Amino acid sequence: MATQHSITIKAGGSEKDYWKELWLNKQLLWILSKRDLSVRYKQTLLGVAWSVLRPLMTMSVMVFVYSYVAKLKADPGIPYPLMVLGGLTIWTFFANTFTQISNSILINHNLVSKVYFPRLLMPLSSVAVGFVDFLITFGIYLVVTVIFQTPISWQIVFLPCFIFLTFITSMGFGLFFAVLNVRFRDIGQLIPFMVQVGMYVCPVAYPSSLVKGTWYEKYYNLNPLVGIIDGFRWCLLGSKSYFNPQSLYSTVITSSIILVISLIYFRKKENTFVDHI
Amino acid sequence: MSVIVAENISKKYIIDHQRKNGSSGLRDIVSDTVDKLFRKQAKNDFAEKEEFWALQDVNFSIDKGDRIGIVGHNGAGKSTLLKIMSRITEPTTGQIKIDGRIASLLEVGTGFHPELTGRENIFLNGAILGMSKGEIRESFDAIVDFAGVEKFLDTPVKRYSSGMYVRLGFAIAAHLNPEILIVDEVLAVGDTEFQKKCLGKMRDVSESGRTLLFVSHNLTAIQALCNKSFYFEKGRLIDQGDTTHIVTNYLSKVSHKSLEKHWDNIEAAPGNDQVRVKSFKLFPEYQDDLNHIDVRTPINFQFEFWNLVEGASLNLSMHLYTFTGECIFNVGTPAENFGKGLVSGTCEIPGNFLNDGSYVVSMMIVKDTSTVLYNMEEALVFDIEDYRENVTWYGKWPGYIRPQLNFSIRQSEHVVND
Repeated sequence: MATQHSITIKAGGSEKDYWKELWLNKQLLWILSKRDLSVRYKQTLLGVAWSVLRPLMTMSVMVFVYSYVAKLKADPGIPYPLMVLGGLTIWTFFANTFTQISNSILINHNLVSKVYFPRLLMPLSSVAVGFVDFLITFGIYLVVTVIFQTPISWQIVFLPCFIFLTFITSMGFGLFFAVLNVRFRDIGQLIPFMVQVGMYVCPVAYPSSLVKGTWYEKYYNLNPLVGIIDGFRWCLLGSKSYFNPQSLYSTVITSSIILVISLIYFRKKENTFVDHI
Repeated sequence: MSVIVAENISKKYIIDHQRKNGSSGLRDIVSDTVDKLFRKQAKNDFAEKEEFWALQDVNFSIDKGDRIGIVGHNGAGKSTLLKIMSRITEPTTGQIKIDGRIASLLEVGTGFHPELTGRENIFLNGAILGMSKGEIRESFDAIVDFAGVEKFLDTPVKRYSSGMYVRLGFAIAAHLNPEILIVDEVLAVGDTEFQKKCLGKMRDVSESGRTLLFVSHNLTAIQALCNKSFYFEKGRLIDQGDTTHIVTNYLSKVSHKSLEKHWDNIEAAPGNDQVRVKSFKLFPEYQDDLNHIDVRTPINFQFEFWNLVEGASLNLSMHLYTFTGECIFNVGTPAENFGKGLVSGTCEIPGNFLNDGSYVVSMMIVKDTSTVLYNMEEALVFDIEDYRENVTWYGKWPGYIRPQLNFSIRQSEHVVND
């Protein structure tokens, strides 16, 4: 709760020095992230192995159902399991961080009601767990690449951009729902449902080349996740993987607008979270 | 020089009478909106929302080095004020200017994670309270020592006893080094030994020239630690000034709780067709021109009832309970035969017998020493305030009673070293 030496407390939102204060509290951000990570698998039998098992099992089931049963095909020249695992890696990263950000204020309600620090630290720190899971899944992806003897393409240098875009997008959606979640517990019911439906709406189990040329393509591309998932696969699998740059523009524009709106909304409401929690 | 200046602070809450669970769900909002679209009378719904001002127009300024005690009943707005000053919630109107590094302690062990070890929680809690990693490392040994948990440093705190948990929480907070410290009722926890330690630490803080704001129901502690006090009632700051003056003023208001009950009309009086209660009164013999009961004050009870049955064999039985419901004693009168008319009983609890606290009295009218004719439960409620002389220890005095017994000390043998 260390703050600068002179403050004025009044109605109508947070301090002008908010961002500076956020920066000064970076140590707390680190400690909160570490807390979430270290309690993650306490008192579990398999521990960290869960982070490896879960994506592997999901991938196996999806490969079986969509490839063998439903006969979906990846873009030519790309093994279906790699396509699914690539999509799954970035989608799970988005889904996890989005869910955790949305719940971050409620989960930390004991802090919200007893001590002050920039509230944005809670959603920010909740990203850590999702990010570590992402790195593990990405490691699995690399192993599977070796098994399928598919070379990694040079486009991988753009990978960090897409990871960053995913972060921006999950923050944008997550912050908005985090604020609503404080007021309406309905959001807690809605989020798992959104994540479930989202996986079908986004090109995780199928390539978005299937959408190419349809009447709904331009609406489909409005979904910021389409650009992210296609772009992510493009980085890993090269130009054989379908990627419409138009969907990327849409991602950048939609996600930035949503993030700005959510940030404004969050900062307007953060000082009264405790009154509604 | 003022380090804290508050101007016109008010805080409004909306109480929702319609919904019991406080936070209204999305469903209610949607259905209300639909109602408003289709029905004109939906406007009446607003009548069910009531404004509640937890704080109203509070103004004060606090100088550097002041130690401020805040007194008032539950719900007077003390905690709301601390929450606003700690920036946990914002005021509805007004502003507070604060100069200096501020730390607030509204709870011991804020943010402790049950799965983490004591060591991990020291760093977590310290960081949450605003200490840097370096500061925590520097005071780490002192914290562990103060809390007395060396052996359990690497045990998850969920395995801690509640005492250890509180000790560790306070130990961390005690090593904060702010210029302004805000403390809310945290001393009510822990055993006597630990409370002594806490108060000692608070005293160090107050004597080191730092500014302290302290909310407590332990008036003895407030008198010992604070030089000035604020008195809140119903969200307003109704009095401020010298602590002794404020505390006396506060006590004289709280002590008249329910010292008397009487019924003039026999029909309306509580009872039945055999007995009806006329009055139950409490007469304290106030000491030193005070008008509140403290531990020295002898208390007289007078109970009067109408006996409606000629020749009934009756006796009285009085129970005294603590506010939390434990019975301290039960005394009875011998049984006697009474004619129709008024019967009265008196009882005296001597001074220097009960400890400070809140007490509840029940009176029973018993027939033939076996049948309860009427039991007047929770008939009177009174508070006994603390009073001490020649002691330097000002934590809560333990025990239900506080008798003065013949307890002496003398030297039985003197060994002189040669």
